Order: sequence, then C-alpha cells, then structure tokens
Amino acid sequence: MKSFEFFEPTTLAEASSLFAQKHAQLLAGGTDLVIGMKAYTETPETVISLQKIPGLDGITTDNDKSISIGAMTKVRQVELSEDIQQYHTALAEGASEIGSIQIRNLATIGGNIAHASPAADTVAGLLVADAQVDIASADGERSVPINELFTGPGQTVLKPGEIITQFRLLHPASGSHYIKHKIREVMDLAFIGVASAVNMQNGVIKEARIGLAAVAPTPIRATEAENLLSGKTPTPELLAQAGEAAAAATSPISDLRCSAEHRKEMVDVLTRRTLQNALDRV
Amino acid sequence: MAKHPVSLKVNGDEHDLLIEPRKTLLAVLRDTIGLTGTKEGCSTGDCGACTVIVDGKAVTSCMVLGVTASGKEITTIEGLASDGELHPIQQAFIDTGGYQCGFCTPGFIMASKALVDENPDRTEEEFRFALGGNICRCTGYTKILEAVLQAAEEIRTNS
Repeated sequence: MKSFEFFEPTTLAEASSLFAQKHAQLLAGGTDLVIGMKAYTETPETVISLQKIPGLDGITTDNDKSISIGAMTKVRQVELSEDIQQYHTALAEGASEIGSIQIRNLATIGGNIAHASPAADTVAGLLVADAQVDIASADGERSVPINELFTGPGQTVLKPGEIITQFRLLHPASGSHYIKHKIREVMDLAFIGVASAVNMQNGVIKEARIGLAAVAPTPIRATEAENLLSGKTPTPELLAQAGEAAAAATSPISDLRCSAEHRKEMVDVLTRRTLQNALDRV
Repeated sequence: MAKHPVSLKVNGDEHDLLIEPRKTLLAVLRDTIGLTGTKEGCSTGDCGACTVIVDGKAVTSCMVLGVTASGKEITTIEGLASDGELHPIQQAFIDTGGYQCGFCTPGFIMASKALVDENPDRTEEEFRFALGGNICRCTGYTKILEAVLQAAEEIRTNS
C-alpha cells in the first residue's frame, strides 16, 4: 500500500475542506478503499476517515414511518433493523446480500452508494424506497433523489468536497422484495439485482417502483414498467408486461460474469418474480 | 509519512504504539504486537482467515486500517483461553476434528465465537450461512460445522 496522510476530522466542515483537496479519498468502512489501496488501484495522497464525526450513523423512524439512515450506518445494522425489514424489506434483503457478516460489520451504506458500483446490493432497495440522498459540503447542504445520484460506473453528481450524510426514505412500501442473481449463496457479486415495491389501494396497485442494478452503466428505475402497473389490478399478464418493459429499459454489458442477453432475459423474469413476491407481502 | 499514536486494547492488554496509517489492523497485530495467531489468507476480505473481534463484532482485520482501531477492544485467538482452560469453541474444534492444516481455524473460531455470543440458537443452516465469509482450503466444513454446533449447544446449556 502506498503511503498517505491520514486525518480523522470530528466535524463535517473539516472533512469537507480536506476532501476538496486533490487526490483525497474518504474512508467510511474501508471494505472497498483499503482493498483498492492494497491493489494500487487506489493511490490517494490523503485519506480522511469519517468515523470520528458524530451523528453520521444510526437509523431513526418518524411517526409517519419515514426513516433516516445515517451514511456511516453499518450495512449489518441496515440488514437487522426491524423498521427497515418491515417498511423497506427489499433494502434489508439487499444489505444482507453484501459480502460476509465480517464485511457487513465494517461496510457502511454510504460507502456502498458513494462507491457507485452499478451492482451495489443496497442500491435497488434505495431506488424503490425513492430515497433522498442528503449531501453536505463546506458550501452548505443539498439533497438529490437517489435515481439522479449516479452518472456512470463509479461516477456520481458529488462534487469535490461533498459528502453523503444520510438517506431519507420517505415512502414506506407495504410490500417489497429484492432478488440478487448470483452463483454463490454468499460472498458473490450480483449478475443483476432487481427490487420491486408496491402499495395497494382497494385491490389496485396505487404505486409500484422497480429498481435495477448491474444492467446499465448506472443503477436505474424501470419507470415505463412502473407506469404500466399504476392504477391496475395485478394479474399474471400485467406482471409479464411489466417484466418486458423493465427488460427493455436496460442496456447491459457482457462480461466474465454473464452475457448481456442473459441479463436482459433475467430482468424480465426477476421483475415478474419480485413484483409477485412484493404483492404477496402486502 | 508521519506515524500516528494508537492505543489498542488487545485481549485485555493495553498497547500504546506509533504506527504508519497504511498498516492494516492485521499487520499491526501480527508484526507490531507479535500476535501471529491471526492469519493472512487472501488479504481481500474473501477468506475470513484474519477474522478478529472488535468491540464485540467479528471483522476481517485485513480491511481495517490499524489507526482506526485506536481505543477499541480487540479479541484475537490468543485471547480466548483463560487460565490454561480452552474456550468451549476451541475445545469443540479439537473434539470434532474441526481443523486440518489449521490455517483457517483461528478465523473460523473467532467468527463462530461472535455468532454464538450473539445468538447460540441459530439452526444448522443459519450457522452455515453466517459462516459463509470463512473458507477452509482443506474443505473440512462438515467437522467445522459440527464443532460450531457442539459449542453452541454447550453455551446454550450453560447459560
């Protein structure tokens, strides 16, 4: 590992101004960064730990069931949170799919998202929760919807010095489900990740959200499929149409994990399956 | 680059050290403190050989910068036995033959200890999943699982 200057600021303002420097990297849980530094794919001159800044971790639920998750909250805590299991089941399931328990005890949800891998396991669940991403910098604060955060593989709208502080999940779903398509049961990366969330009213779908990971340069929402579902009574034919529309929204690549054709086909299958399971959970 | 002052509490002993920020917790434990029971396998978080317990949680110490462990309480394989008496999990690995070459054993034992401390009532399948982050090159998984189940049983009975 290359040598670097190490800082442990205790305020966001201090962290932000250090982070605005060239060749600086933030350290959250370290499970991506430390491995990257050992492999020399990451060679920061400055590493800024966020671990000593108070108030960046923890999960809080308001009376209206909206939930805030601090960016430094461990993925293991997201996985085990009863409120997230109840109102955002797909997110809890996604969190439980990351690495091993040892890794989930270190990794943070903010790191999983800021790393901006299109295959991140918490991203589909945050997409279907319609999460707001709160961002702070020395210049102030702003908030962007999670579906506008990513600009490409490893790329986000975050500017130098900007730090994700929390995710706000304002829209609880009465049923949601995440499926990670993979080979190994644990310790694998997603071929694709699909999450669906639904809210029902008098037997019709009031709103549906579908989040797709690892099938485009960024994680995406399948909005056409969502619109197809909205206001309709769920039937196998309707879910099949939604599956096709979701697959049409993707632009996957072929890589050593699987082919683009397989990814597209499986988005269709897993969209139907996650929708059905989300409906069953309502 | 400047070394940083770090205070680690390892197996109950205080260590005040000056370490380079690029040293992982694993390297600090093995090379600086001299506790070589914790093993370096893949060094990418995949094999679990470097598992230690930090503030009650099992973590892969190869992914932790030593400087960030300052002030935390760390337990390694060397800290499990007390007064010459093996921890029930260590004894269970011996009783069942839950080790072959032994290289993955410290990681398996530390991961198992955290699991059993957290909830000894897990089913066999739940223990299998929960130990998914540990790899045994000798593929001695059946005996390892027997060891963990035996230790969990013993801890349930005694609690």
